[in-house]
Amino acid sequence: MASALLYDRLQFAFTATFHYFFPQLTMGLALLLLYLRSRALATGDEHYQQASEFWTVIFALNFGFGVVTGIPLEFQFGTNWARFSNFAGGVIGQTLAMEGVFAFFLESSFLGVLLFRKRFSRGVQWCAALMLFLGSWLSGYFVLATNAWMQHPVAYQVGEDGRVFVDSLTGLLTNPWLFWQFTHTMTAAVVTASCVMAAVGSFYLLSGRHVPYAKTFLRTGVVAGAIASALMIFPTGHGNARQVFEHQPVKGAAFEGLFATERGASLYLIGQPNLETMTIDNPIEIPGALSILIYDELYAKVKGLDAFPREEWPDNLPLLYYAYHVMAGLGTILLSVMGLALFWLWRGRLFRANWLLWLLMLSAPFPYIATSAGWMTAELGRQPWLVYGLLRTADGTSPLVHSGNALFTLIGFVGLYLLLGVLFLFLIGETIRHGPAPAGPQSAHGA
Amino acid sequence: METVWFVIVTLMLAVYVVLDGFDFGVGMVYPFVARTEAERRTALASIGPVWNGNEVWLITAAAVLFFAYPKAYAAGFSGFYLALILVLWLLIFRGLALELRSHVNHALWKQGWDAAFTAASLLLAVVFGAALGNLIRGVPLNRDGYFFVPLWTDFLTGPEPGILDWFTVLTGATSASILAFHGANYLAMKTEGGLHRRTASTASVMGWVSAGCTLLTVIAVPFVQPSLRLNFAGHPMEYLVPLSGVFALGTSLYLRCRQRDTAAFLTSSLFILMMLASVGFGMYPHLLVSTTDPALSLTVFNAATDSYGLTAGFAWFGIGFALALAYQIYVHYLFWGKARADAH
Repeated sequence: MASALLYDRLQFAFTATFHYFFPQLTMGLALLLLYLRSRALATGDEHYQQASEFWTVIFALNFGFGVVTGIPLEFQFGTNWARFSNFAGGVIGQTLAMEGVFAFFLESSFLGVLLFRKRFSRGVQWCAALMLFLGSWLSGYFVLATNAWMQHPVAYQVGEDGRVFVDSLTGLLTNPWLFWQFTHTMTAAVVTASCVMAAVGSFYLLSGRHVPYAKTFLRTGVVAGAIASALMIFPTGHGNARQVFEHQPVKGAAFEGLFATERGASLYLIGQPNLETMTIDNPIEIPGALSILIYDELYAKVKGLDAFPREEWPDNLPLLYYAYHVMAGLGTILLSVMGLALFWLWRGRLFRANWLLWLLMLSAPFPYIATSAGWMTAELGRQPWLVYGLLRTADGTSPLVHSGNALFTLIGFVGLYLLLGVLFLFLIGETIRHGPAPAGPQSAHGA
Repeated sequence: METVWFVIVTLMLAVYVVLDGFDFGVGMVYPFVARTEAERRTALASIGPVWNGNEVWLITAAAVLFFAYPKAYAAGFSGFYLALILVLWLLIFRGLALELRSHVNHALWKQGWDAAFTAASLLLAVVFGAALGNLIRGVPLNRDGYFFVPLWTDFLTGPEPGILDWFTVLTGATSASILAFHGANYLAMKTEGGLHRRTASTASVMGWVSAGCTLLTVIAVPFVQPSLRLNFAGHPMEYLVPLSGVFALGTSLYLRCRQRDTAAFLTSSLFILMMLASVGFGMYPHLLVSTTDPALSLTVFNAATDSYGLTAGFAWFGIGFALALAYQIYVHYLFWGKARADAH
């Protein structure tokens, strides 16, 4: 059964990572689209209307892929993680059902209105954009409430049969863990959407096509991106790291690569964790910085991995360490690029600074990698627990689903998602190549 | 409260079958009735704005099952592992076909997605019908409340059944024919001209096929699961539910002949609702019937979460559900009337 556990984990990790490429864009883009639609409504300008419609097509494409890849996640709780579902369904079933009832109906109903737009006035379209924004952020909230409970279980009671039950819905929805997790995830989603919008704008400007749109996309993307990437790091990223050190100190020690408990602990920027010697090889470090970041005090004591028994360590330590460092490193790079672009925009030189436009264009994949790495940090760091402190991952699988079945479906998902990825890239390429329709009645979605 | 949630889950699944059922039905019949590209676009435009919202009923019903009866969710989803993953793959193909077909203007691209959409719709209709057959027949639950059924064994309904046996194949075929009838009724209501004429005659044929399949299934059920009759025997008034279902089917066939499209669609919806309600009445309080030992069956009482969760859930569910109904009705109202190919 050990190998079934591996396949179950790989299948969930693979399908969840692939899924999250889509909602991170749609959640962020919902906010930017609401801005563009508001401008279109307020000014009555056809330019903003066409800009909104172009991004609505991209939104819809991502939303469609997000829906079809999202359903397998909910189902897998039951199919591959039956003992976990039985154990925790009384709690997390609540938030997942809320997501369906409050968010999915809202999103799916109003996306239809935006796509089949010709029948509707701009006022109706603006309302639909607002509903999509509300729906996608609510959806994010409920999913994160579910994950926050797995990271930091609150508001539950253990029943006679060992299963857990929710004892306060308000407690579940106001899990203290959720505040930083939600704000961090959502600002990161806005960073993704802003980077993509700025990258598309740069591409058009550099290739001399759709120039008025390119400038709108760049302005919107750079301003939103600079604000969001700053907020993503401080206070939300910082707040998240602090709550990890408060509630899951072994996870914090593991992703920072802190093997030994220290006063004035260093922050490792680069280096390779060596499990033989329990040190970081080739370190580039800032002495004392970790103590300051976590406890505001140069000589504060930070617990290292040696303070915890080995069986409580996250089981894939190097991967966790790298995931965290990739996330933090790319987050810093994104803030620098966006900050630089904002400064050039403010000075009125961005549209002529080709090197910076190239940089913005090539930065588009970074937020995707950073958010995936961020989720790997959160989830690998939660190991060996499925529900932190309550249920171990190895005890959450389906008892009768054997490794042969699990591997069969894992291979199937990999094949299917490869096809999905190719289709998505092809279609998004076509949409961007086509660009916003100049002023004609037909748009990219016209066929 | 356990019973209330049983009613809610059954009702949500039934509404799902009625709503997404016509999407499947349109998928099954449109390549045969829509001859030109314009007609195909019209047929797809009839479900384009609503299919996604219809599918949300399934996702939400599954999530409600999860929170109200975690034990049954865990047992059922892991026990039907292969069938459910297959459903996921088919749902992915169906969604992609609908969303992506219009993105590239090339005949081969469109033909490919047409085939994918029809195949996925047909298979989903069969698999969901077979799933219902499995719930009626029962599954080999063990002492821990879990089971695992392979896709097929010897095609008999004995103590070690597969997901497919003669009975579930029959329920699958019944489901496919009923949904084809239902979808053709919907498409007839949404179209005009030659497309409408061909759809209406297909609907009549599928109506008689589904009446025949339904008859066979109703005859077969007492042999496969005699206990289903116990509830009805105890409450003879409940016989009104299947009877009104049969009456709805008869009315629908009659209205079909009279070319009353909207009324035929509404009565075929009622037929589906009533047949599923009958299964619900017959199954209650069982969620999963054990084929090995009746004491191991999962019921709404032994599979439910605790009473706080069920009661607190009811409060938010009422509000959220009223809102959800409001949007759904609003969207169906916005797109009411004949579908046009250029609407997309």
